Amino acid sequence: MREIQAGDVTNTVARLFEHSCHYLPPDVIIALKQAREKEKSPVCRDVLGRILENVEIAGKEQIPLCQDTGAAVVMLELGQEVHITNGDLYTAVNEGVRLGYDNGYLRKSIVNQPCFARVNTTDNTPAMIHTDIVPGGRLKISILPKGGGSENCSRLTVLTPAKGRQGVIDFVVDLVDEVGSNPCPPVIIGVGIGGTTDKAMFIAKKVLLRKVGEPSPDPEVADLEREILERVNNLGIGAMGYGGTVTALAVHVETFPCHIASMPVAVNMQCWCARREEAIL
Amino acid sequence: MYKKFTLPLTDEVLKDLKAGDNLLLTGVIYTARDAAHKRMVEALDHGKSLPFDIKGATIYYMSPTPARPGRIIGSAGPTTSGRMDAYAPRLIAEGLKGMIGKGSRSKAVKDAMVKHKAVYLGAIGGAGAIMSKSIKGVEIIAYEELGAGAISRLEVENFPVTVVNDIYGGDLYEEGKAKYQVKAS
Repeated sequence: MREIQAGDVTNTVARLFEHSCHYLPPDVIIALKQAREKEKSPVCRDVLGRILENVEIAGKEQIPLCQDTGAAVVMLELGQEVHITNGDLYTAVNEGVRLGYDNGYLRKSIVNQPCFARVNTTDNTPAMIHTDIVPGGRLKISILPKGGGSENCSRLTVLTPAKGRQGVIDFVVDLVDEVGSNPCPPVIIGVGIGGTTDKAMFIAKKVLLRKVGEPSPDPEVADLEREILERVNNLGIGAMGYGGTVTALAVHVETFPCHIASMPVAVNMQCWCARREEAIL
Repeated sequence: MYKKFTLPLTDEVLKDLKAGDNLLLTGVIYTARDAAHKRMVEALDHGKSLPFDIKGATIYYMSPTPARPGRIIGSAGPTTSGRMDAYAPRLIAEGLKGMIGKGSRSKAVKDAMVKHKAVYLGAIGGAGAIMSKSIKGVEIIAYEELGAGAISRLEVENFPVTVVNDIYGGDLYEEGKAKYQVKAS
């Protein structure tokens, strides 16, 4: 049994959110720089240049990269040997969100009730928490401040198995085409195939935690990622939808076994401002 | 190339703006997003006046992060404009001349822009830090209870935008995409 203080969870979550809203992961910055090199449209090269300038200013002057500092998505991998002491885990996570959004001068964007009064909870809680129980004695905390603009462009479908690989490609490409400039391209596209519908949506989001540009370890899946990326970039949408050759920085696909009758396909859209962090306690 | 441009937008200057033009705006703009739009249209429905003079005005679809101590505003980039499509044609008919945001507009909004002469200007989504540097003055003028969604009067200097929809029906999203689209062989 390993003990982890609830207070340590709180402080870690707070630090991760505050930091992530001011600094992009290095792999995302590299991908944006490569996009600027590759982009054929001068208009979109200019946009990507300003995006990179924004990244510099955010860190240097402590101004959040984007005013939409997101819904607080927290993915926990909790070792089964871990015992959380002096408080309960989810309260500790939410307290961390409250603290981080307050200390970091981040925007509080959560309303208490989705389809009636929509009153702001004023502290950006509750966090969207997902927990996997894993072997071992550690707690891995991954966070995504998920902006509304790209999240609104996410989608779920259940294809017939007969649609196969091509059906997946068409579904993702058609969605990117339809949403165009809305999700703040160049986007990172998380795709979950298989499982039940809930599982598909979850793995589509979780695969966004993968480093940009790192292909799936499964060669068949990696090949699918390459083909979707090529098709998406052929759409011509470009950075901010102004017309260009880089519409997506990456496509990340995750698969899971599924029912003989089903092929769920989920897309979780991520804007270029792909903030994410992790820590292990 | 960015052209320096002083607000307000008038029918005369709108004639010279074309989809794809890059502008650096200086002058006064007002922030409003969904909730504020809903209230403004309700005010019009009840024959009441709006919190600011809509004739010739430019609205920025934006709600910022809180300002750190010693600063006037936090991160201040655009939100998705499509959520304002239900309300925009009404405001355009009342004299609204400019909208700043990101993402595509509905046919109704585009038609209203051509009919009443108004433009839609794109700001770079996600680049709220850089945008905040162009904001020199902030004053909340209405709906303070909406928090970050309140209407503010902003004084901007060299605020970078790109013309997406002009008064002639030009659409940068469509034109740009057509130029770089690779058709399946």
